[in-house]
Amino acid sequence: MSLILNSKKNTLIVRVDGDFDLVTANEFREKIDHSLEETVSQNLLLDLTKTNFIDSSGLGVILGRYRKVKANQGEVIICGAKPAIVNIFEVSGITSLMPICNTEEEVWELLESKSVRGA
Amino acid sequence: MDKIVNNKIKLEFMSIGENVALARITVAALVSQLEITLNDLEEIKVAVSEAVSNAIIHGYQNKPDGIVTLSASLKGHTLILEIEDHGVGIADIQKAMEPAFSTDPERTGLGFVFMQSFMDEVKVFSQVGSGTKVILTKQISADLKNIAVS
Repeated sequence: MSLILNSKKNTLIVRVDGDFDLVTANEFREKIDHSLEETVSQNLLLDLTKTNFIDSSGLGVILGRYRKVKANQGEVIICGAKPAIVNIFEVSGITSLMPICNTEEEVWELLESKSVRGA
Repeated sequence: MDKIVNNKIKLEFMSIGENVALARITVAALVSQLEITLNDLEEIKVAVSEAVSNAIIHGYQNKPDGIVTLSASLKGHTLILEIEDHGVGIADIQKAMEPAFSTDPERTGLGFVFMQSFMDEVKVFSQVGSGTKVILTKQISADLKNIAVS
């Protein structure tokens, strides 16, 4: 798995390329926690367009980051996930916690609407 | 024409995380000998990943010198997977299979939920101090409109 990270509009954007399992979950946790602090980002956008596989180890670290981001009044939003991965999210119930968008544009619209409502 | 495959593999590997991918890719290659939908293929890969991750994390408690044995057999359209470790075993199998039963906040406790959701049958045999064997069974039926490209 490789991770491409950048930040924009108070949001850490993470593009996850490859398989997301027991091995890669540790790398994900370390890099994201470090970058959330470094960039002082409130929100986390996970772009899974190039993610081929996820299991409960991957979901576990996403949920761990969700708790951290929520504790800071931020949002975790997922976009670009393939149907097989959306199926995993649905079975796990994670879809009731964080929005799953088709595209990054939808994510920005959603964050915009939340900030307007919160203003 | 509908493909009938009878085949069996057995794989033994060290209890390290890198072998989780090895196990699921091996099983995916085996079941791809059948006409299988992409959805079924992905679900089988998740179930294998969960069973092998459990053997490594819980059975061997992340110690790398344990041996995990994976047997996979195709009998017609039936896939039977056996994942066995000789680790610490499970004291209360019923509790271990409950959703979100995990002592680690970074884990979901959904491993068995995924195995049960994605396979037709999940059997767990375990003895404390001796190890655990998980048997997963799934009927694979071809949906010609959604066949995975193998």
